Amino acid sequence: MHKQIEGSRAVAEAIAMCRPEVVCAYPITPQTHIVEALGEMVKGGKLTRCEFINVESEFAAMSVSIGASATGARAYTATASQGLLFMSEAVYNASGLGLPIVMTVANRAIGAPINIWNDYSDAMSQRDSGWMQLFAETNQEALDLHIQAFRLAEELSLPVMVCMDGFILTHAYEQVDMPTQHQVDAYLPPYEPRQVLDPREPVSIGAMVGPEAFMEVRYLAHARHMRALELIPQLAAEFKRGFGRDTGGLAHTYRTEDAETVVVSMGSVLGTIKDTVDEMRDDGRRIGVLGITSFRPFPLDLVRAALHKARRVVVVEKSLAVGIGGILSTDVRMALSGLHPHIYTVVAGLGGRAIARNSLHILFRKAEQDVLEALTFLDLDWNVVDKQLARERSVRRSGPAAENMLRDVGTIASKIA
Amino acid sequence: MPFQPIKFYQTGTFTVGNRLLKPEDRSVQSHRDRSNAINSGHRACQGCGEALGARYALDAAMEATNSQLIAANATGCLEVFTTPYPETSWQLPWMHSLFGNAAAVATGIAAALKVKGRNEVRVVAQGGDGGTTDIGFGCLSGMFERNDDVLYICYDNEAYMNTGVQRSSATPPAARTATTLPVGQNPGNVFGQGKFVPAIAMAHEIPYVATATVADLHDLEAKVKRAMEFRGARYIHLFVPCPLGWGTASHDTIRIARLAHETGLFPIFEAEHGLQVSALPIRRQLPVEEYLKPQKRFAHLFGAKPKWDVIARIQERADRNIRKYGLVQQETA
Repeated sequence: MHKQIEGSRAVAEAIAMCRPEVVCAYPITPQTHIVEALGEMVKGGKLTRCEFINVESEFAAMSVSIGASATGARAYTATASQGLLFMSEAVYNASGLGLPIVMTVANRAIGAPINIWNDYSDAMSQRDSGWMQLFAETNQEALDLHIQAFRLAEELSLPVMVCMDGFILTHAYEQVDMPTQHQVDAYLPPYEPRQVLDPREPVSIGAMVGPEAFMEVRYLAHARHMRALELIPQLAAEFKRGFGRDTGGLAHTYRTEDAETVVVSMGSVLGTIKDTVDEMRDDGRRIGVLGITSFRPFPLDLVRAALHKARRVVVVEKSLAVGIGGILSTDVRMALSGLHPHIYTVVAGLGGRAIARNSLHILFRKAEQDVLEALTFLDLDWNVVDKQLARERSVRRSGPAAENMLRDVGTIASKIA
Repeated sequence: MPFQPIKFYQTGTFTVGNRLLKPEDRSVQSHRDRSNAINSGHRACQGCGEALGARYALDAAMEATNSQLIAANATGCLEVFTTPYPETSWQLPWMHSLFGNAAAVATGIAAALKVKGRNEVRVVAQGGDGGTTDIGFGCLSGMFERNDDVLYICYDNEAYMNTGVQRSSATPPAARTATTLPVGQNPGNVFGQGKFVPAIAMAHEIPYVATATVADLHDLEAKVKRAMEFRGARYIHLFVPCPLGWGTASHDTIRIARLAHETGLFPIFEAEHGLQVSALPIRRQLPVEEYLKPQKRFAHLFGAKPKWDVIARIQERADRNIRKYGLVQQETA
């Protein structure tokens, strides 16, 4: 059934259809609407057989989820930004213990400076946590990925993070095709844990593991991720049969046939990129797009297959590895090792900076002419940067940088484009 | 075994053995079908108060719940010495997640059991004083505040023993630890810091709070069983001497714990819904030196020139506890 609905609400309704048994809620913008909606459903009696717990921190949100999951309950929580960092120790613990928790990350920048808007700094900080990380392009995909995520997590006994762009997706009202409970039940069987705390069959979970087995336990996590590379497309195919929609999977190409230039990205910005590419295609430019859905595990072979004919690859990413540059682009380079296309890293949209189609046009044309820098910061205001750098050179006590730069930007503190 | 009446000369002592008690009053440890929740063969130090306390507490909880019990454990000595796999000592379902989240993990376990209708299965969380009063305090307070159906047991040996005896917020004033060394003008831990978590637990007005020591294991067992009669958040703060960290003889663990009680330095009481309902009386208050002297962590207070001013401040703390918790009520009445 098609519904005009906020992204967060759509995700909450999808989660509810997945019959979670324990939901932990701790407020942090921009994921709050999701857990608020779930809280309403539990309190109002629409979502039964579910414990909704208002915890005191994100660290507790993940820790309660760990306890619940280890006791055989289907556990869900949501977070973003600082919240993800605050729970980070437990995030690693959940995957290390092999607990199939599903968590929404409504992607948001990491402070300082404090910023509530969208980029991928939060999810990227946990890319090595052992969680699978799926990135949604649209609200429809966000909704669908959550349903697939429970299935994926539980089949592999590994947690899954479904990443959706804060505000851009979470707060956007758009039409989605809501599945029926019957469809979800047919796709997602009840959770059958591999390990469970139960007096009927006592086990110890979380024992001390020394050098004699630690490597093997860690390798097992990697082996499960490699297995996920096979399973994710299978689950997407099965999803398509049950729901009639082609969502999920590892990665998707768009107009890459005969493309000399391929743009690689993730999340909602793929829409803007595709629009730009359509216009460039209309002008006869040979350009296409590769959208990554599964960032962890990273589909090296698929990316290589999609890009091996390209003369140049432009990776547009909403994250910055300070001191080196790109994060997604590093993985793309890995996929292309031995091949020699030009690879451009474009850091864009940090802290909610709008990624405008016009900027992308200019960017992609420069790429086509191979006049792009290896690392580009899209729409960076060099005046503001240079002014601050000059200030720091000229005076020792130059003061707090962010506040100086805000002053230089002027009164339009909310200027995003 | 048949019940033997207790003779008068034995009643004022601590020597009343199990065989002299009514069968129902005997220690769980004397029961043939005790659960051995922490089985022998673990790697605790000789004379470890925590191992002793955990064994009595958990076996009592197992008996009270008909062995329908799940444990969540914080990182710490108890976790480490019981589980170098495959040598786990735990005979009940047991989980260790992190240092600071045992209370929250227990909340999750309790929530899962509730949603699955397994109301007969109960949850215990446990940690040392570091995992309880410091790093796990946020999760503990959250669990209390929500009144989650968890019994949390803190094994308080007054410092971070697993990492090599560093100060925690449960370390008493003047005590030597690796981070409060007996050097400088004011050797040992400072006065006027630290927190007494049982009082903070009471402030949450949770159904049941109790303190106990390993010197009175019948009292401990009774409190664990009492705790299991309540639903909601419960807290037992168990005083467990650490021979390694305190510099005491392994065979003195029980004696030191008893002295902590008899000097008034560690008050033993129960509280329900925020109000104190009982206190274990001190028969004969002892001066704090008797407790401090056998412990190397307080050695810098004695020697050729005892620091009587510091000892007097510690005595003040003991006296204050006695007044506050009514520990010698019987004598003043």
